Amino acid sequence: MKEKLLTSCTATQKMIAKTTREGVKTVFHRAQGKKPCPYGTGGTCCRICYMGPCRVSDSGAGSDTGVCGATAETVAARNFGRMIAGGAAAHSDHGRETALVFLAAARGEAPGFEIRDEVKLRAVAAELGIETAGKKKNELAEEVGLKLLSEFGQQEGEISFTRRAPVKRQEVWRRLGIVPRGVDREVVEMMHRTSVGVDQEYIHLMLHGMRTSLADGWGGSMIATELQDILLGTPVPIRAKVNLGVLKADKVNIIVHGHEPLLPELIVAASQDEELLNQAKAAGAEGINIAGICCTANEVLMRKGIPVAGSILQQELAIATGAVDAMVVDVQCIMQGLGNVARCYRTALFTTSSRAKIPGAEHLEFSHENGPEVAREIIRRAIANFPKRGAVEIPTEEVDLIAGFSHETINYMLGGRFRASYRPLNDNIINGRIRGVAAIVGCSNPRVRFGDLQATIARELIANNVLVLTTGCAAINCAKEGLMVPEAAEMAGSGLREVCEAVGMPPVLHCGSCVDNSRLLIALTEMVREGGLGDDIPDLPGCGCAPEWMSEKAISIGQYFVTSGATVGFGVDFPSAGSERFSEYLFNGIREAVGAVWFHEPDPVAMAHEIITRIDAKRKALGIDVAKERVLYDMEMRRKLEVV
Amino acid sequence: MSKIIASAAIRGAHQIVARAEESLRRALEKYGSEAPVAFPNTGYYLPVIYGILGIPVEKIGDLRPVLEEAKNLLPPVPSERCWLPYLGPALDAGMAALFADEIIEATKYLDSSPYTMTSSPTPDNLWLGAADDVILRKRGIEFVDGTAPGFAAIVGAAPTNEIAVKIARELQEKNLYVFMSAATDGKNIAEQLQEEGVELGWETRLVPFGKDITATVFSLGFATRAALSFGGVKPGDFRRVLLYNKNRIFAFVLALGLVDDEKYAQAAGAINFGFPTIADTDIPEILPTGVCTYEHVVSNVPHDKIVSRAIEVRGLKITVTKVPIPVAFGPAFEGETVRKGDMHAEFGGQRTPAFELVRMRAAEDVEDGRIELIGPDIDTIPEGGRLPLGIVVDVYGRKMQEDFEPVLERRMHYFINYAQGLWHIGQRDITWVRISKSAFKQGIRLRHFGDILYAKMKSEFASILDRVQVTIYTDEQAVLEMREEARRTYARRDLRLKALSDDAVDTFYSCTLCQSFAPTHVCVVLPERVGLCGSVSWLDAKAAYEINPHGCNQPVPKKDVIDPVKGQWRSCNEFIYQNSRGSIEAVNFYTIMENPLTSCGCFEAIMVVMPECNGFMIVNREYSGMTPSGMTFSTLAGTIGGGIQTPGFMGIGKAYLASKKFVIGDGGLARITWMPKEFKEQMRPILEERAEELGLGKDFVDKIADETVGITAEEILPFLEEKGHPALTMEPLI
Repeated sequence: MKEKLLTSCTATQKMIAKTTREGVKTVFHRAQGKKPCPYGTGGTCCRICYMGPCRVSDSGAGSDTGVCGATAETVAARNFGRMIAGGAAAHSDHGRETALVFLAAARGEAPGFEIRDEVKLRAVAAELGIETAGKKKNELAEEVGLKLLSEFGQQEGEISFTRRAPVKRQEVWRRLGIVPRGVDREVVEMMHRTSVGVDQEYIHLMLHGMRTSLADGWGGSMIATELQDILLGTPVPIRAKVNLGVLKADKVNIIVHGHEPLLPELIVAASQDEELLNQAKAAGAEGINIAGICCTANEVLMRKGIPVAGSILQQELAIATGAVDAMVVDVQCIMQGLGNVARCYRTALFTTSSRAKIPGAEHLEFSHENGPEVAREIIRRAIANFPKRGAVEIPTEEVDLIAGFSHETINYMLGGRFRASYRPLNDNIINGRIRGVAAIVGCSNPRVRFGDLQATIARELIANNVLVLTTGCAAINCAKEGLMVPEAAEMAGSGLREVCEAVGMPPVLHCGSCVDNSRLLIALTEMVREGGLGDDIPDLPGCGCAPEWMSEKAISIGQYFVTSGATVGFGVDFPSAGSERFSEYLFNGIREAVGAVWFHEPDPVAMAHEIITRIDAKRKALGIDVAKERVLYDMEMRRKLEVV
Repeated sequence: MSKIIASAAIRGAHQIVARAEESLRRALEKYGSEAPVAFPNTGYYLPVIYGILGIPVEKIGDLRPVLEEAKNLLPPVPSERCWLPYLGPALDAGMAALFADEIIEATKYLDSSPYTMTSSPTPDNLWLGAADDVILRKRGIEFVDGTAPGFAAIVGAAPTNEIAVKIARELQEKNLYVFMSAATDGKNIAEQLQEEGVELGWETRLVPFGKDITATVFSLGFATRAALSFGGVKPGDFRRVLLYNKNRIFAFVLALGLVDDEKYAQAAGAINFGFPTIADTDIPEILPTGVCTYEHVVSNVPHDKIVSRAIEVRGLKITVTKVPIPVAFGPAFEGETVRKGDMHAEFGGQRTPAFELVRMRAAEDVEDGRIELIGPDIDTIPEGGRLPLGIVVDVYGRKMQEDFEPVLERRMHYFINYAQGLWHIGQRDITWVRISKSAFKQGIRLRHFGDILYAKMKSEFASILDRVQVTIYTDEQAVLEMREEARRTYARRDLRLKALSDDAVDTFYSCTLCQSFAPTHVCVVLPERVGLCGSVSWLDAKAAYEINPHGCNQPVPKKDVIDPVKGQWRSCNEFIYQNSRGSIEAVNFYTIMENPLTSCGCFEAIMVVMPECNGFMIVNREYSGMTPSGMTFSTLAGTIGGGIQTPGFMGIGKAYLASKKFVIGDGGLARITWMPKEFKEQMRPILEERAEELGLGKDFVDKIADETVGITAEEILPFLEEKGHPALTMEPLI
């Protein structure tokens, strides 16, 4: 295998070579032997009933349909809708689990947890219309928990957090009738509408697809982010390390992998327990080292500075170092292949969520009642495993990064406690030092050169003065390339560099896990609110992309950005390609409804330039494409300046 | 690269906070936590701490939580590599430094004060210390009306005295206030100016605050108080205090000489207020915008460009009329005095006949730009000599009205005073003018009076004046003749003014000049009620409206009377409702007891109901003592300013006491039961005249209590009873 072709990450290259040598199959090996289904790739393979499955083509003469008469655009739209539903369900079920533990913690029924960010609790409560005066922390938290939990099963009305969006955006959604009523209802309706013989008009299907996506971004995901912040602490800037080199040969290494940060927080706490540390020493280890993979990594990184071993495609490779004594997984993006790799390298693999089991893993179920016990048990088992290790080969790659760029952090870092605001960001976009803002998010996919696309786009964008916000595995991969240290400002164009140096920030900001894409919605909204860049999200000189996407969750995220007015580009292939008409709608027609579109661009440099072109068009529309003369204020003009 | 600045500011803040801790420790040890601590004569406690944190520091012990807050704000110094974002933390550090500054400066006042606590230096002490509220309110209006577009806080000293003088003069000519503090190599610019004989103090806008770096906080304190007093911002509402300053007070820091860590800390504090720093040394810059309007730190600016660069960085537009005279010119020189020993020539002042007159003439009688001197010039007389002086300004304009003559004429006082080395007091035929020796040496001659008046009249009254000519008389015979004509004009005007009454007009005028500071405040100026600042009469407002129909003075129709006694008209209510952004629904012009006019913060005096005495007390701005209301002028001002209606409390102009409509709805002049003694004496002639007209008897003035009688109702009441004060037998006020 030519490892260099598979990834730009040298640590990954080494571990692919090692596993190849040792005859262990990983995602990279499997991808080589498995060609993607061509109809599935283009979104026109229909298997929702058993009259088929039908492969429907819209190329060539005459119009091909399924057995039921469904056209290519209907099939593609149904599949797209189901991907949104799947992604929204994943994020939202994460949000629901968080809400349940949050509620238990508020009631004092979740040992190991307490409400950490009371300021944010009070702010969110006030936003939800809950009276805060005179209420104790836990009493208020219970009310907030109940209110947000109720939004999953709510049947009528509007999800509360949609009212955070710019007023004009809310009007757009209301006019289209796509404000989500309740999180679960929209997912269920999406599944219903796409089942056999129901909704068969692609634009109509996509209207509900948009509603479902909003139930994710402004619903399930946002609820997850906000409640995790209140429960576990809102992230602040924090220094950490990334890549497989964070694993330590002389320490008990435990990897937390998956998505929900609840149990991992307790594992991190337990890893500092003196009794357990002594046990580790007794077993011959220098200490206990917790490292993360995938979005669990991002969660404990953002709040605790826990090192990140890698992103999704490195989960098996981390184990292949032979240095991982235990891996703890919960939900989402966990490969079944782990079971085999763990067995090969004598790693104890634990599934912990009631929703997920894997063959070859031991199930130690986490619930809000038993958190600290499960955490300690996992550590004990990892310690017990330490002496049983075989040969250890850990790549030396270990890179610095700064994480913790929550909305609150961005607000604070630009003006301190007394002048916190997005004003400096908007000002420097208006004056052209910063060209615009781009988000690089999403997964990694072995069908493209792992990590290379995201980092190439990031480098290209910052060199052209575009500030980059990242989440999820894209963030981890950018960090591995050294783009998330303040010194990386040297790679930025002169304008962005100047702003980074004024603030002391990296040119690529780590904003969190994939549910934390909701933070980006808040950031976009705040940029609109701060003023000078139009009055709705489509006016902003911004754009998003997921160049290495693979999960349904990425489709849901992409769609909620588009529905919120931010244009999104995807790499790899595009799952509507099998239908020209449906693709035309996503790439163009949808603009009329929501002011933003999807686009597809597999080449990273071309993707970066497509983003820049789109940003420049927005700048032109705003009239900020040419330098303005400095306005000097005389008394008359000062009288007109508002004082908030 | 601004990491250097952030690191330095954070280090500096740590140092200053440590000093504050030591100062506080010593103060607690020496005086105990219950001992009072304050800046002199202010209702705003330690103003930055009060404005930002909302903590009213009254006792030394109150400083403990402030110090804790400052310590909590102190971030660690950014690390060498892989640092965390430092802009926000550095701004917090700057604020911590300002709190620490105030703690240190406040404890200085506990021992024998190192400051003069006056408005200009004393012979043995240059340093004035914190501005008291009298100064704040007096100077505040200049920030409101634009006479002072902002201030420059200079820290350190210029490389030479010559440069120091040049920078100061340039700032003065741009009408900016100059606040001076801190030292470079043991020297402050104020000392350099003093060595060069430059007149320092609030009057000349060159204010030496203190030599310690911590005295820089007096500048920020002044700014904070402007937000609290004129902007109606609530203490503790830090965001509004700071944004108010960013958008209203156009100030900046000039860092002269080496910028050490402690100076960086002050600069970081100032950036919170939107005040950038401009340095003459080669320090790093912070050019991206956002917290300030434009750049945050600009460095290495040559001295001959530093003032104009600073103004540009702050985003300030200053239009200065160039007056072709050989001395500096600007409002900053208005307060300069010319002492007898420094004088080359003088005119009037009961020593020689003198007068000044503005005449509206027909077009053919005015030759635009003509300046003529009739009689000898000042180079014909010995140093210290005298001449008679008559200044006649003839004007023509299609929109000129005879009623505007006195409005223009009163401006002559200011225009002449603006010239450095010219001194003018009085008006009409009681003027008194001096020209200093140095102005004479620089080439000032009498025709320059004409140049000044011509340039200023034409620029300030451009829309009503098409032609202006100035004739200066020094020939005694001519002066005497012309003075007779002037006196006839004065008499004619006085007659017309007497006839001018609220009842005789159908239009009042608004004044929203102060809305830049108090956004909901609308002054309504009536013929018989001068604006509460004392500087805008009905005629002034009318003229201002003619000059600029879209300006701050707008006609307020007087229609649909609602209450003739209390003075309420529907049309006025509508105007005020709209122009106060819907916050004031009704106003009575003739009572302070119900829906009184609001106040901006510029008032010359405050009236307060005294229920026990069935009357009102009036306290003037200059009086710093306690009043029977239980509050000083400062505290009262803080309560009623900012455009809110407070029944029983009202800001007024002093001249309102002479009005026939003076709180007529509440019973008028007879209600005055207490005034500070000095104020009473100042107003005596007017009060006596009005009292006689009202049948209260000339001795009514002596029935008004003052601080020598008492400062509580219990102390005053027996005096009022003994004197038979009329208020006691009037209808109950409440």
